[in-house]
Amino acid sequence: MSVGIHAFGGYVPKQRLQRKAIADANAWFNPGLRGLGRGERSMANWDEDAVTMAVEAARDALGGTGDEGIDAVYFASTSLPFQDRQNAGIIAEALHLGSNLLTMDVAGSQRAGTTALTAALKAAAGGDRVVVTGGEKRRTKSASPIELTAGDGAGAVVVAEGDGAAKLLGRATHAVDFVDHYRGQDEAYDYVWEERWIRDEGYLKIAPAAIAAALEDAGVGADDITHFCFPLAAARVAGMVAKKCGLSDESVRDNLQGKLGEAGSAQPLIMLVQALEDAKPGDKILVAGFGQGCDALVFEATDAITGAKPARGINGHMARRREVSNYNRFLGINNLVIMEQGLRSEVDKQTGLTTLFRNKEMILSLIGGKCSECGTLQYPKTNVCANPNCGAVNSQEDQPFSEMPAKLNSFTADSLTFSPDPPAFYGMVQFEDGGRSMLDVTDVDPDVGLEVGQPLRMMFRIKEFDTKRGFRRYFWKATPVTTQEGA
Amino acid sequence: MASGIKDKVAILGMGCSKFGERWNDNAEDLMLEAFTEALEDAGIEKGQIDAAWFATAIEEQHVGKSGIPLAMALRLPYIPVTRVENYCASGSEAFRGAVYAVASGAADIALAVGVEKLKDTGYGGLPQRSRGALNDQFWSNNSAPGSFAQLASAYQAKHNVSRDDLKRAMAHISVKSHANGAKNPKAHLQKAIDEDRVMNAPMIAEPLGLFDCCGVSDGSACAIVTTPEIAKSLGKTDLITVKALQLSVSNGTEAQHNSWDGSYFMTTRVAAGKAYEEAGIKNAREEVSLVEVHDCFSVTELVTMEDLQLSPEGGAIKDIMDGFYDADGDIPCQIDGGLKCFGHPIGASGLRMLYEMYLQMQGRAGPRQRDDTPVFGVTHNLGGFPHQNVCAVCVVGQDGA
Repeated sequence: MSVGIHAFGGYVPKQRLQRKAIADANAWFNPGLRGLGRGERSMANWDEDAVTMAVEAARDALGGTGDEGIDAVYFASTSLPFQDRQNAGIIAEALHLGSNLLTMDVAGSQRAGTTALTAALKAAAGGDRVVVTGGEKRRTKSASPIELTAGDGAGAVVVAEGDGAAKLLGRATHAVDFVDHYRGQDEAYDYVWEERWIRDEGYLKIAPAAIAAALEDAGVGADDITHFCFPLAAARVAGMVAKKCGLSDESVRDNLQGKLGEAGSAQPLIMLVQALEDAKPGDKILVAGFGQGCDALVFEATDAITGAKPARGINGHMARRREVSNYNRFLGINNLVIMEQGLRSEVDKQTGLTTLFRNKEMILSLIGGKCSECGTLQYPKTNVCANPNCGAVNSQEDQPFSEMPAKLNSFTADSLTFSPDPPAFYGMVQFEDGGRSMLDVTDVDPDVGLEVGQPLRMMFRIKEFDTKRGFRRYFWKATPVTTQEGA
Repeated sequence: MASGIKDKVAILGMGCSKFGERWNDNAEDLMLEAFTEALEDAGIEKGQIDAAWFATAIEEQHVGKSGIPLAMALRLPYIPVTRVENYCASGSEAFRGAVYAVASGAADIALAVGVEKLKDTGYGGLPQRSRGALNDQFWSNNSAPGSFAQLASAYQAKHNVSRDDLKRAMAHISVKSHANGAKNPKAHLQKAIDEDRVMNAPMIAEPLGLFDCCGVSDGSACAIVTTPEIAKSLGKTDLITVKALQLSVSNGTEAQHNSWDGSYFMTTRVAAGKAYEEAGIKNAREEVSLVEVHDCFSVTELVTMEDLQLSPEGGAIKDIMDGFYDADGDIPCQIDGGLKCFGHPIGASGLRMLYEMYLQMQGRAGPRQRDDTPVFGVTHNLGGFPHQNVCAVCVVGQDGA
């Protein structure tokens, strides 16, 4: 029985930091950074992390939340928000997949994305339908090359039995403890060895071996590959690897360095998803993931590929874009400088874990209620129906709101309340089929602002950081629907 | 319907501390200041008070919980003291408790005291605190100005008003209240301002600028109430009596049901309708002489003029710009400066509004005294946010009116 990718989706945060701004600010210290000061990198908003981005990518792949046929969620990242609280579990909860499923974090290497995919494909052969999602928001030191080359983003694929939209033809992994960089326990930042050594002894030796093995396993000639996804920031290395493996120059896909940057372990999934968005039936896609060895996988797009395009995908999210030239904003929201946040930021943010658990569907899955007597929708669910003409007691059935279009009923831009990114936008969000809630609005372009009646959609975000206890609260926020992204 | 409170209870005495930045005073000092004035005004001894109601909202900032802080501050003789809290309408709650106690016959003389020390937070504006363990996990990151600011966007959309026209009417409200506050020696802010200053002030929560927001103050206010008969027996004439006391509390309809458009207060409309009925007022615009509303923000005052049936719906801007609510207009609004300039020590505010009504009706309001002695005065005391709030509407007036 064949296995394949049945659905796919991606996510790129809206803000794009201009690399010139990073290079200009730091050239006094390291003039060499100017060489990397071209193009732009994606920049997660203050309320995004690897988990929230992975949720968005997975929603894009699944066409929403609440899919009941999922057996497992594998989450790949080297920037996991929690070291001990399963991050994949948060994602599964946000996706409202139920509790009868296997959830797993795959971490510890830039290869985590392809390793999770490999493991999922093996599980698919046993009959599982697995969501593989990778999200990355790497912490980087100011004035480090990686600050310029990295980007934030997420990709997701759903793998299962059957050819799907892209059938797995073959795969291989070479595991080699090649330490090009590392991050030890309790360390915030990567420690990186010399680039030339990494290129010559790493990429150009380890990757070709894994790729050759994967092509052999797939029974595909190197020159048959139409899309080669090699997720590496450094220019030209993918081409050198391709040449060494006999892959055509044309097959080497854009590493997205000009527009997005390298999103760590999520990058192979991001590039794979974009390749699937672009693929025609019959196209052969080779994706590699490098880190302490190399995973290589070969897929063939099927006739189903044309009908499998996600609502937004990587291409759609790339079009949802806001340029940021203020490097201080990046430093500020990533806690790379100590900002005076003011006394209003001192409100205690302790989260009652009992309260959260009891209400987790309401908070993490955005489940409200629908009155079985009068049909009125409401958020959150309450014992007594919100419809003043009904008032039925205990009549509420679960009603998901995360995928329902909404409109803005009233709003403000608040400069008084503490926000890591002032002003804080929030307003009365009114859902299309009924129900409303006073909610935060995120990713608002301050130059455009908001207006009454404008269309909104919901996104999974960080609500608050409890810096005292290392906790973060997740919840849903509204965001303006932009014309750029189509949907 | 219940027979209501009309003329069953009279105000025997009132007091109010100076509002403002009382850096060198504790809440206890402010309470005693207000109480001393009220007791002297009432002409009674402390021992004649049968029961007390004590209002404060953000007690963590000063006295802590319970009725004990009031009993200790005034050394009340082991009488019942009930602490009440209903957001910024707490002061009206204390008054309601005292008035109902007298009306029921449970007390001959009852005391209502409200106090707040807001200038010990270390920053301007109302303190932001936890809204409750679950609320904190889904409520928007809203401040008070940000919540009330949304009235503006919804009002503009509903009545097809430009941002400029609305903002100018809001500015007129603030300029008017500053002019009134300048004549009030107890007011927190006593400086007149002009429209340009309001319009060009720094933005707090779009479209509310700094001068669209009321002062946040330290202060205390106090009422002593009794029956008209006892008041007369104590030698009082020209009594000011309670005509109506209504309270309406949101049940979640505004927050959860799409029937509310966000441009007005459902609670105010309910409370005002019942209060006018209780007071026997048929046409508020014709019969009300004076109004003290909860002008926490200029836009709140604007929409409240409609909710209190003083301006027709959609007609507040015209009335405001015509000077209808100015000190020399048909129905002066905030003749003492209002929350805007008298100040807003939360627990005291509802009682402070009544204090001004009491002074005006007795002709004791000094340079801001209205020429025609007011007959009916309406106080409007809000707490919470436009989408979920408590609203107290009280009517007081000349005995027999």
